[in-house]
Amino acid sequence: METLTFHHKTVTPAGGAKAQALVGVVASGNLEVLVERTLPPAECTVEIATTAHGFGDIWRAVVGDFVARYPAGGLRMSINDGGARPDTVALRLAQGVRLIEEDAL
Amino acid sequence: MTAPFLNDPAAVSWYEASARKRVVTLLDPGSFLEFIGPEQREMSPHLGIFDLPKQFDDGMIVGHGTLRSEKIFVAAQEGRFMGGAFGEVHGAKLTGLLRAALKADIQTVLILFDTGGVRLQEANAGELAIAEIMRALLEARAAGIRVVGLVGGRAGCYGGGGLISGCCSALVVSEQGRISVSGPEVIETNKGVEEFDSKDRALVWRTMGGKNRRLIGVADAFADDTVGSFRDATLALLEQPGRFDLDTLQAEQTRLEVRLERFGHCADAAEIWTALGIEDASAIPAMAAEDFVAIADRVQEASHDAR
Repeated sequence: METLTFHHKTVTPAGGAKAQALVGVVASGNLEVLVERTLPPAECTVEIATTAHGFGDIWRAVVGDFVARYPAGGLRMSINDGGARPDTVALRLAQGVRLIEEDAL
Repeated sequence: MTAPFLNDPAAVSWYEASARKRVVTLLDPGSFLEFIGPEQREMSPHLGIFDLPKQFDDGMIVGHGTLRSEKIFVAAQEGRFMGGAFGEVHGAKLTGLLRAALKADIQTVLILFDTGGVRLQEANAGELAIAEIMRALLEARAAGIRVVGLVGGRAGCYGGGGLISGCCSALVVSEQGRISVSGPEVIETNKGVEEFDSKDRALVWRTMGGKNRRLIGVADAFADDTVGSFRDATLALLEQPGRFDLDTLQAEQTRLEVRLERFGHCADAAEIWTALGIEDASAIPAMAAEDFVAIADRVQEASHDAR
């Protein structure tokens, strides 16, 4: 198991009021992303646990691209990876941000 | 709302939906609250030893909500994570839910099965979990709680999950739902391809699939593959009294003995259907849910009151 953590400074806080959201599933070629609104609004952390070793540079690029493109301020994003491709990861991260933007229960 | 987030129960395929989606759309809108949610990160203590990825909820979602305003407990297995298999944490969450139902004055517990059985990587803990769940389930039933199982996911309901489903007060199944203990590959491996050809998908569905399970009285209601249909079927089952006493068990034992006597010699499920008095048994597999329900409700074996 390889664990990676990326800290980013962000400009835009995540929208909505939900405290957390969960997308995806840990299955072959898939991943789950747990999104929690627990950080200061100008920070975003992405923590990854993956069994596919040696892809740190690609994770760094995908996470960097995500933080640049989506309002992810204040979010702690935790990933359990089942060997997903970078495009799947990008979609799941975007989906997580979209889901937490919904109104609180 | 955009398409991926649609929550209309009539439009959500049970088979395609995730366990969370099934729970949220099955219960009254906005009523579901989870116990030991993913943010608590109660994950398997065993998978790491094998360098396998874990899931934050260990593939089991438990919580409470309302179903047509009645407060109920609900558990759902995520069939895509390790085939919905039972491990230590996965099983303990269901055991705990069933025990908690006794103390919380809950009358109904729903279990949304989607499982291949016990997780091989934590087999001892998983087998123990199956036993603990069956005990907790029967204790809940003995106290008057109804435990209804819903089966229609991609992993079906196999192994220990099949045993637990047999302990439930009632089962709802869809065509895609398969209920059995040994799966097709297991039977073929142990008994040979002449006994059961696991690659013959029509045979697998005809034998273990929801339609046969409904016709021979394993399942008590048949649902179309939508959350709305599962909800309607569950609500209809809950209208009936949930008996669990010596008379019920003796009636069930008698029913199973008679069923074995009547159909034990049949070589194929279609022969059973013919013996049940269904005119065109060959039409059953392709039949639309509505027509099938009408036939199933007429067949005596399917409409017993034992269990």
